[in-house]
Amino acid sequence: MRRGLAHWFDRRGWSDLIISVPYLWLSFFFLVPFLIVLAMSVATKSPTAPPFSFGGDYPLVNLEGYARLVSDGLYLRAFLTSVWNAGVATVFCLLLGYPMALALTRVSRSWRNILLMLVILPFWTSFLLRVYAWMGLMGKSSWFNVLLTDLWNGAVPVAWAVKSLPMMHSNFAVILVMVYTYLPFMILPLYASLERLDPTLDEAALDLGSRPWQVFLDVTLPQSLPGLIAGGLLVFIPAAGELVIPTLVGDSAAPMIGRVISDEFSSARDWPMASAVAVALLVLMVVPTMIYTRYQAKSEGAK
Amino acid sequence: MAEPAPDSAFLRIEGVSKTFGTFQAVRDVTLSVQRGEIFSLLGGSGCGKTTLLRMLAGFETPSAGRIFLDGRDMAGVPPWSRPVHMMFQSYALFPHMSVEQNIGYGLKHETMTKAERAGRVRDMLDLVQLSPLALRKPHQISGGQRQRVALARALARQPKLLLLDEPLAALDKKLREQTQFELMSIQQRTGVTFIVVTHDQEEAMTLSDRIAVMDRGEVRQVGSPTEIYEYPASRFVASFIGSITSMEATINGRSAEGRMDLNVPALGGVVQVRDMPSFADGQGVTLALRPEKLQISKDRPPGPNAIAGLVKDLAYFGKDSLYRIALPSGALVQVHAVNLRRGDEASRVADWDDQVWLSFDPTSAIVLGD
Repeated sequence: MRRGLAHWFDRRGWSDLIISVPYLWLSFFFLVPFLIVLAMSVATKSPTAPPFSFGGDYPLVNLEGYARLVSDGLYLRAFLTSVWNAGVATVFCLLLGYPMALALTRVSRSWRNILLMLVILPFWTSFLLRVYAWMGLMGKSSWFNVLLTDLWNGAVPVAWAVKSLPMMHSNFAVILVMVYTYLPFMILPLYASLERLDPTLDEAALDLGSRPWQVFLDVTLPQSLPGLIAGGLLVFIPAAGELVIPTLVGDSAAPMIGRVISDEFSSARDWPMASAVAVALLVLMVVPTMIYTRYQAKSEGAK
Repeated sequence: MAEPAPDSAFLRIEGVSKTFGTFQAVRDVTLSVQRGEIFSLLGGSGCGKTTLLRMLAGFETPSAGRIFLDGRDMAGVPPWSRPVHMMFQSYALFPHMSVEQNIGYGLKHETMTKAERAGRVRDMLDLVQLSPLALRKPHQISGGQRQRVALARALARQPKLLLLDEPLAALDKKLREQTQFELMSIQQRTGVTFIVVTHDQEEAMTLSDRIAVMDRGEVRQVGSPTEIYEYPASRFVASFIGSITSMEATINGRSAEGRMDLNVPALGGVVQVRDMPSFADGQGVTLALRPEKLQISKDRPPGPNAIAGLVKDLAYFGKDSLYRIALPSGALVQVHAVNLRRGDEASRVADWDDQVWLSFDPTSAIVLGD
């Protein structure tokens, strides 16, 4: 037996140990907590500490939380608001990020390093501080708001004139700050996939009669799809579950799903309901990720 | 309407130069290429041949000079409007498209029906014998097949001029020889004018009707493969094409009709070569001898140009052997001998450290002024 163990270790001990590190990490910090949340989601709310219990009026499994997800319009609306806000933010990140990523691949190497640094630079400042900066900018009396208000009043008939633009506490503010926050997560994977493309392919397409915009559609865009999808997921998934931005700048009458989970946990002290929402959100996010993974596996297999 | 080119050549390059910053990649190149020719630009890396090719494709703009194709001035014509297609060294096949889609890519800019387009793609697939692989992706086929897809894609729109950038460089030796003949036969069948850029002199010799030898941005000599090999115009061309032994020499006078005497210290005396009136008595020249133009024998051969030496090195290739002969002056001369007779080592003309005689015909020697 000991000889067998030593034999196994000699043969593949180190590689197995090293490979097991990420699996262990994921098990302890993702799988186990998730199972706890899953268990909580089928528990019953109770005035104990922690505020849930199993058994009682219900058998071990209480699906009331999941039932309320469907029956109570609040949750469905919150899901839709989240998906809409995250979706719009993703589209804007894409529209802004694609040209920036493409430009990064076309400038000289020294400029590229400087510009890449500028893309990452905002991360050096506290995220909360940057959101507060936006709150200041969007506030009614800020120079930014005054400037936009003047532009608006100059462009529209007098009857539509406003004293200031109501930017704060709206979905617009949420989307604006999310685009600002998540833009680097779109640019970096796009840049990584665009940077790998062979520039002679562009020349080949030009040579065969395509104008530059056709070359982009026929050659560049299809080959950057993996980066585009990766960037899209990196923006969409955290944006859909975003808590801080909607809490600080969002419309409290139309909360996003992250806010709902937070409220259920804290003020409502309904942990089973909060867990049910969290599980539903996870399932919602896992589906697009699985589609992406399958797509990537297919294109990797094709290489 | 652009003015017609001054002569009837199909492609005319007139005094073209290209400067990148302070580096002059191409210097005042003037060339004309006839319709249906296979014309090679031959030179080492950095000689400007690829820059010249990219100017023909429209990827670079000449700093000076003009290019006429079929009488039309190509200045300001973008790559996508030129009737010129290129086969890239890396082939540059679109990885996300099948073989068929790659070949048909340029055809979407032609006004033709779907059926005509499909027919053309089929013809091209037949031409390069790839019909069974039409639906494969580039990464699912071999290097040689990829090369043929690139060729078919470049030919599909029936260009006036096909540019081939090192067409055979990525293939292994066996495949290269076979592909060479295939390229020539495809060129004959389609009649398209080919411009080939290569650093491989053998490739240029076998493929081309004419070769332009380039060095540091300049064209050093233009001619048929035979002209370039047998009558090089300079020491550079002589040593770039094939192997050669060059020696300093002085013209000693003209002792016989049609002959010129050269004093060659490396050969230890005077040899006779064919008279070339452009050289004056007493002028310093270079005598260059191709290894296969020298004969090797055990006994002193009759005739004027016989030199004694010692076999220093011997390389046996089967069909032929290469000898390096050390002369009393210390010079080394390369001699190429075909192994005409079958036999073992003992039956060779010469072995290591044998005393041998070298000789050459006076008309076979190359005399160069520079």
